[in-house]
Amino acid sequence: MKKNWPLWEVFVRSKNGLEHRHFGSLHAPDADMALKNARDVYTRRSEGVSIWVVESKNIKASNPDDNGEMFEPAADKAYRHPTFYELPDDIEHM
Amino acid sequence: MKNQDTMQDKEQMKSLEDIFEAKIARDEKIEPKDWMPEKYRKTHIRQISQHAHSEIVGMLPEGNWISRAPSLRRKVALLAKVQDEAGHGLYLYSACETLGISREELYDQLHSGKAKYSSIFNYPTLTWADIGAIGWLVDGAAIINQVPLCSTSFGPYARAMVRVCKEESFHQRQGYEIMMTLCNGTQEQKDMAQDALDRWWWPALMMLGPTDDESTHTEQSMKWKLKRKTNDELRQQFIDQTVPQADILGLKVPDEDLQYNTETGHYDFGEIDWEEFWQVVKGHGMCNKERISARKNAWDEGEWVRDAALAYADKQADKEVKEAV
Repeated sequence: MKKNWPLWEVFVRSKNGLEHRHFGSLHAPDADMALKNARDVYTRRSEGVSIWVVESKNIKASNPDDNGEMFEPAADKAYRHPTFYELPDDIEHM
Repeated sequence: MKNQDTMQDKEQMKSLEDIFEAKIARDEKIEPKDWMPEKYRKTHIRQISQHAHSEIVGMLPEGNWISRAPSLRRKVALLAKVQDEAGHGLYLYSACETLGISREELYDQLHSGKAKYSSIFNYPTLTWADIGAIGWLVDGAAIINQVPLCSTSFGPYARAMVRVCKEESFHQRQGYEIMMTLCNGTQEQKDMAQDALDRWWWPALMMLGPTDDESTHTEQSMKWKLKRKTNDELRQQFIDQTVPQADILGLKVPDEDLQYNTETGHYDFGEIDWEEFWQVVKGHGMCNKERISARKNAWDEGEWVRDAALAYADKQADKEVKEAV
C-alpha cells in the first residue's frame, strides 16, 4: 500500500501570556516539516510566537455520545460554586 | 418482528434528526464527532471540497502573471495573494477531512473531474489588467459568498471561513489598486482596464450561482446555514456595491440594461447568458482542460519529492530507535 504523509494537529500561542490554541491541521512527513508547514500555513501574518505540532493519531478524544456520563455529574453540584452559599448582604471582602 | 424493528429504527432516526435540526436552529455548532445525518455529511464534503478545489485551481490564472508583474511591489503582493490561496485551500481540505474523507480521495476527485470547482477559473488571464479585475471582481464576489459562511453550522468549516475572510480583504484591495493605477495611466492602460472589466463582469455575476428558481439545494442549505441569502440576493448585493466602484474608476460596466432603480434602491441589470455558464461547468470553458492538466502535472511531478521526504522521515526515526538502544 502506498504511504501518505500523516496528519498533524497545529497549536499556536498568539503571544506570551496566552495558552497554545488549536489552529487546524495539516499533512507532513515528519515533525520538523510539520512545524515548518505550520509556520507557512497558519502564521503568515504574525499570528503566533510559538507552535506545537502533534501527530493526530496520538490524540485520544472523548466521544460526544458519552457526554452524558462524562459531563453531567458536574451539573448537579452547585455547591462547587461560590454563589451556592448564603451570606448576609452587608458582609464585605468575601 | 423484523418489520417492527425497522419501524423503531426509523422512528429513532427521525427523532435524532429532529434533535439535530433543532440544535442548528438554536445556532449551536456541529463538530466532527457529533452524530449527523448522512446527507449533512455528504453535502458538506461536496461543498467544502469544491471550495477547497476552487482555492487551489484559483492559483493558476494568477500564477500566470507572477513572473511578469510590472513592479516589485506588485510582484510581492501577487505572490502573497497566491500563497494565501494555497493556505485557504489547505484550511478547507483539513476541515473537509474531519468528515471522514482522505486528502488523497479529495485530490482524486478533483483530478478525475468528479468534483467541481468555481467555473470562473476556466477563463484565461490575457493581460496584466486581468489580475486587477480578478482581485476586484472575483475576490469581491467571493467575499460576498464567504462572509455568511463564517457562521455556518459545521464548526470546522465556520472556523476556516473566519480565517479566510480575514485574509481575503487585502486581495480585493490590491486588485482595485491595480485597476485604479491603470485608469489613471495612459489611454492604452485605461483601455486595458476596460477590456478586463468587459471580459470579467459577466463571469463574476455567474460566480454567485444559478438563479433561485434553478438552484436545487437552496432550501436545505438555508436550514443548515450553508447559505444565509439566496444566489439572486447575493448577486444583487454584488452589483449594488460594485457599480459605484466602477464609476470611481471611470470604467463602464458592459451592460446596456444596467440602471439604478430609485423605487427599489437597487440596480436593474440585463440578462445573464446562463448557457455560457453551464457550458463552462460541463467542462467546455476556455481553460478547463489546461487547469486540470496543470494541477495533475504538479501533483504527479511532485510525487518523488513526497516519497523522498517520507523516506527521509523513516530513516531518521530508525536512527533514533537505534541510538536509544
